[in-house]
Amino acid sequence: MSETSAVKERPEHLKHYFVDSDQQFDAAKMGMWVFLVTEILFFGGLFAAYIVYRSWYPELYLQASTELNTFWGTVNTAVLIGSSLTVAMAIRSAQLNQIKGLIINLWITISLAFIFMVIKFFEYTHKFEKGIFPGEYYTYEGIAHEKANIFFSIYYMMTGLHGVHVLIGIGLMIFLVVKAKKGAFSSAYYTPVEITGLYWHLVDVIWIFLFPLLYLID
Amino acid sequence: MATTDASNIKRLQVRRFKPDESPKEHYLNAEKGLWSWLTSVDHKRIGLMYLASIAFFFLLGGILALVLRTELLSPARSFIDADVYNQIFTLHGAIMIFFFLVPSVPAALGNFVLPLQLGAKDVAFPRLNLASFYIYTIGAIFTLIAIFTGGIDTGWTFYTPYSAETSTNVMMMTLGIFILGFSSILTGVNFIVTIHKMRAPGLTWNKLPLMLWALYATSIIQVLATPVLAITVLLLAMERALGIGIFDPALGGDPVLYQHFFWFYSHPAVYIMIVPGFGVISEVISTFSRKTVFGYWAIALSSLAIAFIGFLVWGHHMFTAGQSSLASMVFSFLTFLVGIPTGIKIFNWLATMYKGSIDMKTPMLYAMVFLFLFTIGGFTGIMLGALVVDIHLHDTYYVVAHFHYVMMGGMVMAFLAGIHYWWPKMFGKMYNEFWAKIACGIIFIGFNMTFLPQFIMGAQGMPRRYYNYIDQFQPFHQFSTAGSYVLGVGFLIMATYLIHSLLRGKKAGSNPWGSRALEWQTSSPAPHHNFEHTPVIVNGPYDYHKPMSEFQLGIAHSHNGHHEGEKVDVETGTAQEKA
Amino acid sequence: MNRLTEYMLPPARSTLAAETDALFHFINVTSIIFLAGITIAIIYFAWKYRRKSDDDVTPVITHNSKLEIAWSVIPLILVMIVFGWGFTGYMNLATPPDDAYEIHVEGVSWRWDFKYENGATSVNELIVPVDRPIKLIMSSADVIHSFYVPDFRVKRDVLPNRYSSVWFEATETGESTIFCTEYCGTQHSNMDGIVNVMSQDEFDTWLETGTEVDESIPPAERGEALVAQNGCNACHSADGSSGVGPSFAGLWGTERTFESAEPVVADENYIRESILESNSKIVEGYDPVMPSYQGVIDDQQISDIIEYIKTLE
Repeated sequence: MSETSAVKERPEHLKHYFVDSDQQFDAAKMGMWVFLVTEILFFGGLFAAYIVYRSWYPELYLQASTELNTFWGTVNTAVLIGSSLTVAMAIRSAQLNQIKGLIINLWITISLAFIFMVIKFFEYTHKFEKGIFPGEYYTYEGIAHEKANIFFSIYYMMTGLHGVHVLIGIGLMIFLVVKAKKGAFSSAYYTPVEITGLYWHLVDVIWIFLFPLLYLID
Repeated sequence: MATTDASNIKRLQVRRFKPDESPKEHYLNAEKGLWSWLTSVDHKRIGLMYLASIAFFFLLGGILALVLRTELLSPARSFIDADVYNQIFTLHGAIMIFFFLVPSVPAALGNFVLPLQLGAKDVAFPRLNLASFYIYTIGAIFTLIAIFTGGIDTGWTFYTPYSAETSTNVMMMTLGIFILGFSSILTGVNFIVTIHKMRAPGLTWNKLPLMLWALYATSIIQVLATPVLAITVLLLAMERALGIGIFDPALGGDPVLYQHFFWFYSHPAVYIMIVPGFGVISEVISTFSRKTVFGYWAIALSSLAIAFIGFLVWGHHMFTAGQSSLASMVFSFLTFLVGIPTGIKIFNWLATMYKGSIDMKTPMLYAMVFLFLFTIGGFTGIMLGALVVDIHLHDTYYVVAHFHYVMMGGMVMAFLAGIHYWWPKMFGKMYNEFWAKIACGIIFIGFNMTFLPQFIMGAQGMPRRYYNYIDQFQPFHQFSTAGSYVLGVGFLIMATYLIHSLLRGKKAGSNPWGSRALEWQTSSPAPHHNFEHTPVIVNGPYDYHKPMSEFQLGIAHSHNGHHEGEKVDVETGTAQEKA
Repeated sequence: MNRLTEYMLPPARSTLAAETDALFHFINVTSIIFLAGITIAIIYFAWKYRRKSDDDVTPVITHNSKLEIAWSVIPLILVMIVFGWGFTGYMNLATPPDDAYEIHVEGVSWRWDFKYENGATSVNELIVPVDRPIKLIMSSADVIHSFYVPDFRVKRDVLPNRYSSVWFEATETGESTIFCTEYCGTQHSNMDGIVNVMSQDEFDTWLETGTEVDESIPPAERGEALVAQNGCNACHSADGSSGVGPSFAGLWGTERTFESAEPVVADENYIRESILESNSKIVEGYDPVMPSYQGVIDDQQISDIIEYIKTLE
């Protein structure tokens, strides 16, 4: 038994309860995947409500979705897909030890997320002006269906919760930028970037389901 | 130390490490002061903090139960008003389920035991673990605020539209439960990753202790079901705040949809509450029978089977609610299927005792109480799963009694078995065996006195959640109330001898039960980082036919963050400890 | 054994009750046999294999395929029998005969309203003929209730904005209790009533004359009976104690102050309004929870109730 072979230099980022960096990286990544499963089920509840009401009142969905602006919806879809690309590039930069590229890509992603929220803000205000509020505050009379308020309740819950996730994502990426500027990341250690990227892809994927389900009903 | 041969199998050279029988330094005294506890990321300390919290909530919920039982001594008003009564039964249910049962074995015992049984130094995400404890605390604070600002009177199921209309503080309570859900999710995520990624060398899936299989199955349910509860209570909160109307018929919504959402979580939640109990019982029965577990894979996989089928039976709470006959048939059928793996477990435990060397210590006594009470709970579950009989029994005291036999007779007894089993490992102290057995007997008698009459009055038609009742049920209610006092006395005795044990209990050795499981191969209380070496597993945790020397193997490690500069002297260590 | 399980059930007074009871007994007896076996095994093993010395050696028994198949398959067969049996019974409960006599039921917090085919109504007392299938068509005016008659072994949730139904055929005349079994608020436990099973002749007579006023009884006494029948006394006491609603005692002729209306003196008009438009004036310190009795209590009955309240000084 050679005592020395076990005494390896432990890198600073390696927590004492992990054997090595690989174990730490794998654990973090798996943890994020499991967490994403919970996110899918969280939104799954809303999708279930959507499906139930759609099967009960298919005509309501046809009528109500015309109130949603397909053009801005499409723009937002493009914006989010673009941000998924830039976050992937950020991870790539980290893997290649290009910290400057990492920071730039993160900033682009943050800006795209911000643009998404601005467009969403205008979409919401436009509806509020018409009196399209969720549930009991609904006053719009342009849709001849007694359950129109329910459609918009579901719409606001789904897009609202998704919006909250976008905001959380913006917060996480600003945190990453701060850490990256302090030199916390390198090709040897970029776990937070990797798992934030995973999270961001999920936010994107959920939108890719929301968009056709809400905007593109014909 | 590690060499690699041609077939890429890692070869480890191991030595025997006998645990220190009276350690001077351990996790309880490694750091001092209240602050060191509140900021600790040590899974053992977090487990103990959970233990203290759930003990508090068990006390609170228990006192509420005694108030309810006292009120029910007479058919009309005894000493509290109907509104107060309704709030108290709601709180009793919500507190016992969300703040005691759900975190009891996973978060309290599981946190303490899981890394020890894995031979890991901690869980995969210790800071997340601490965060989950604080999220639990914040959820609890919200609930306590709800109690003091209008209470809540909906029953723990929060059925709409009543919950959307009542003037009590449903909002605060549902937010509390929403927050609490995240604590449960984080614990689940942590356990799944830890079991996957942090097993000690040699600890393959087929040597995993059954406690961990049970925790693994539980974590899967927590991760898959809790988010649905979160979205459900969020929608309910939005219902009250914004009137979104998805569940409220007054606004065009559907109240039965709420029930589907709610039970999609809450039925699996019943398994979150009971499956970890199965794990404890497997450990206790094999240790005190000193015998290999019978049907290891049957027990391990039946936990997973229960977890998965458990997701598909939620509709059996709604046989009278107006779902289609076809749906009722499918849910009834699947409900019976869940009964089978549960039955298999009971037979396997019995077979484990067969030809064992049974030592009737307190944990084993609780395990037997568990077997008896849980079997009754299971059979009455079959009764309730039978469609036509359920129509008669639904929402009567029969359901109340069934639920208590499963949850209290099952889970609480398993929890008590676990507490008494791991107590020496937690605190390095023994409790008074005589008083522990007396308390167990009193609890057993009190429990049956309380809940057996409830089966009878339920079958006779006494509905649950009743403040007043018709006179014919009074003798049953009085007997039941008397039983609840006996039960209370039993828990009082337990609290006394456990506190006595903490203060001046006899010292416990590292392995007072002679178990082969890994957590007993380290000192009591456990060291700050669980093991002073890296344990290596050669035999399964129930291989009682192999000598103890094959269970204390490991490799010395010369790194562990907190002991920097400290050198492990392997040579003298082995020379001293070699068997 | 049967005596024991029969003791657990209320009297069986409908055609389908026997089937429910038979399955109940079957599961009970089977369970008790299994439970006895398991309990005996636990105690016997605990005694027979008690630890004799610390060096006891135990055999390695990891599995036994025959045994394991037996204890998986036998329970499986048993539960499948229970499943099939339970399902057939359930289908009988779910399919009312075509010629069933229909009665409309409305659950209101916290009373049961019954409306019969000829327009007759009753509150908290369901009057049905014996030996004839009865189908109840039920809905709720507010939250979810559940209609349960233990003697008939029937139960069904009563939901707002939709109809649910339940059917039974009573086999003997007499009274059985109705319970509400879905928690519905403060007076949930007082939301009970009775099913009064009569012979067909008695039932027909009741339908024709039951709602007619019995002139031989003084109005105040008729009013007192109406207060009990309509469940008013669940919330309004006659002795001055405060319940969910204000007491009737000392009500007449006093000035009432309200949450959001000008005070008025309690006279005929006030009482009439309080019964028919129950939430238009809410007495200070109470919640607007009383359901309207519009269409349930007619003018003659209101006058009787007023006469009764006048007597409660």
